[in-house]
Amino acid sequence: MRYVDEFRDPGLIRRAAEQIRRLAAVDRQFRIMEVCGGHTHAIYRFGLDELLPPNVELIHGPGCPVCVLPMGRVDAGLSLAVDHGVIFTSFGDVMRVPGRNGTPLQHMARGIDVRMVYSPLDALEIARREPDRHVVFFAIGFETTAPSTALTIARARDLGVANFSVLSNHVTILPAIKAVLDSPDMRIDGFIGPGHVSTVIGSRPYRFIASHYRKPVVVSGFEPLDLLHGIAMLLRQLREGRAEVENQYARVVPDDGNAPALRALDDVFELRTFFEWRGLGFISHSALKIRQRYAPWDAERRFDVPTIEVTDPVAAQCGEVLKGVLKPHQCKLFGTECTPERPVGALMVSSEGACAACFGRVDRGTAAPGAAAAGAL
Amino acid sequence: MAGRILEASGRGRTRAADFRDPQIEMAHGAGGKATRRLIETLVAPLLLEGERPLGDSAFVGVGGQQIAMTADTFVVRPLTFPGGSIGTLAVHGTVNDLAVSGALPTALLVTFVLEAGLPGPVLEAEVRAMGEAARAAGVEIVGGDTKVVEHGRADGMYVTTAGVGVRDPRASLSAAAVRPGDRVLLSGPIGDHGTTVLLARGQVSFDAELRSDTRSVWPLVDGLLTAAGAGVRWMRDPTRGGVATALHELAEDARLGVALHEEQVPVRDEVRGVCEILGLDPLHIANEGQFLAIVAPEYADRALSALRALPGGEAAAIIGDIRETPAAVVIAHSSYGTSRVVDMLVGDPLPRIC
Repeated sequence: MRYVDEFRDPGLIRRAAEQIRRLAAVDRQFRIMEVCGGHTHAIYRFGLDELLPPNVELIHGPGCPVCVLPMGRVDAGLSLAVDHGVIFTSFGDVMRVPGRNGTPLQHMARGIDVRMVYSPLDALEIARREPDRHVVFFAIGFETTAPSTALTIARARDLGVANFSVLSNHVTILPAIKAVLDSPDMRIDGFIGPGHVSTVIGSRPYRFIASHYRKPVVVSGFEPLDLLHGIAMLLRQLREGRAEVENQYARVVPDDGNAPALRALDDVFELRTFFEWRGLGFISHSALKIRQRYAPWDAERRFDVPTIEVTDPVAAQCGEVLKGVLKPHQCKLFGTECTPERPVGALMVSSEGACAACFGRVDRGTAAPGAAAAGAL
Repeated sequence: MAGRILEASGRGRTRAADFRDPQIEMAHGAGGKATRRLIETLVAPLLLEGERPLGDSAFVGVGGQQIAMTADTFVVRPLTFPGGSIGTLAVHGTVNDLAVSGALPTALLVTFVLEAGLPGPVLEAEVRAMGEAARAAGVEIVGGDTKVVEHGRADGMYVTTAGVGVRDPRASLSAAAVRPGDRVLLSGPIGDHGTTVLLARGQVSFDAELRSDTRSVWPLVDGLLTAAGAGVRWMRDPTRGGVATALHELAEDARLGVALHEEQVPVRDEVRGVCEILGLDPLHIANEGQFLAIVAPEYADRALSALRALPGGEAAAIIGDIRETPAAVVIAHSSYGTSRVVDMLVGDPLPRIC
């Protein structure tokens, strides 16, 4: 398959791994955070961590939209379907995220009208087909998916669709990275910059990480060779004492981003003062709300969405894992009470979540999966 | 998709019923972990007597002959899709369950649950398709039943087929017969059916030349048993939950490990493309015309050549081998020296978008 197989060539992968070993052959630890959940997923899917020498450590960052979604937002969205009879639509990613009264899929099984869509436009289409019902699109994602939500809202206005609104949970990546950098227990040496987000925002916005925090950033793609190449570029910067923003994914990511997508974002959204991130707490100016001029398509304004504050389960240590303080398997619940089938914390829900992605990776020996995973601490 | 009821195999049948899920979710029908839990902790303990092994079919002694019995319910939306329809699936699904149990498919009973309002021509087309599929597969449809439910109570129609077959003397199959060193044989490319139905639902717009692989696998099974019957230890058709789930069940039942060589697994480019875009794993996607066989190493070459010589078996491949450890786990190995655990599917495969 073109543009895929070239980046999975076994010979080139071995050579890239060898290059990383050479670059890392010094007496120090290299702690690299891959910010994006897509990278976390790819690292485990391709087993890339197995190719790295022991002193190159990958720390899974906060860039998994499902993982940072607070439980209260899921409850708020589902309450619109339960209490107001709206059709709740969202991406497949959201369908297994637990709220206080269960996941969207469990609501569906109880007869609540929950529908999985592949694009916000599909949700708008449902609203046009079923004019007697109100359709809410439960929007999640970083700058990657936010433009398609923005364009859908603009389209709803253009078409005059009155029975459609969006519950925006869109978040922005830079404040999350900054929260990690400002965390007192921060121990990260460099960042793999998110590939998909950067197709929209470009690579320039990361400059503060290099200039202010003196940490190198390499925006990378998602194939094995992309990630290995990105890691090698980071190691080279660290070896040479440089802290710059480099773009490994230039075939897709323009330094200035995608101007029409950025215009659409600016047209429809503005920054919220505060938004709660699961595991990270409240982060200022880190999320997008719908501007006043699009108020009729804003579910929060139309329905007086309850602010449901649900504390995450106390024993789950999602926050520490998100900040890279703990490895997933070091969490008390990992593999015992919290499994991909019955997630307690959000990191276990999405296959991009650090915990779900590495669930199968702890050496299970011959015992039952859960028990062995816990036993391997 | 095919609704296996009493099929998830093996363990825990002697323990008391201990089903704690508060309600039935869609995942209980998706063929993965939840389905297995439902069967092992509720259905099997309450309904099944003794140590009868649970495979794709049950064997019953009748007049000195071993008769294979199986049943399968089909719930699919849309009713028709490129390459097949609910009717062809209903015939092939049950025929294949008999075939991979090592039984010659002989006769089917057909039950329809019809929704009031279903257009007559739609039903007629399905009944015709079933007749043609049964004739082509060499099984006789010998009877059945019809019920009608109110409009809105079913997706047009549901079909249940029950099948009987005769144990093939060349086949002696069980997970317990599998040994370290055995080879994992796959009859052809995977993921065609599941991705075709996904696209046929019309929720994702792709221009892909995809067709369901629904077919009877008996001709291939027959050829395999002729060429290497004594070396075939176990077979399974990887329907819901895909190859990953079928091999995971084997690994658990045999208490052995399955090592897959990922680049040896045949997947069409179109299927790979759809899976890449939607974040799905072809190993989790349903198939309706393929089967897996565990073959003793000394028989592996002739088994593979026999399959490849048959029409529809050209893409057969040896995709892995059985290992002593780690037990009860499926591990996929890449061609560049890394590995990953391939878990059973949790619920339905859901696309990753954000």
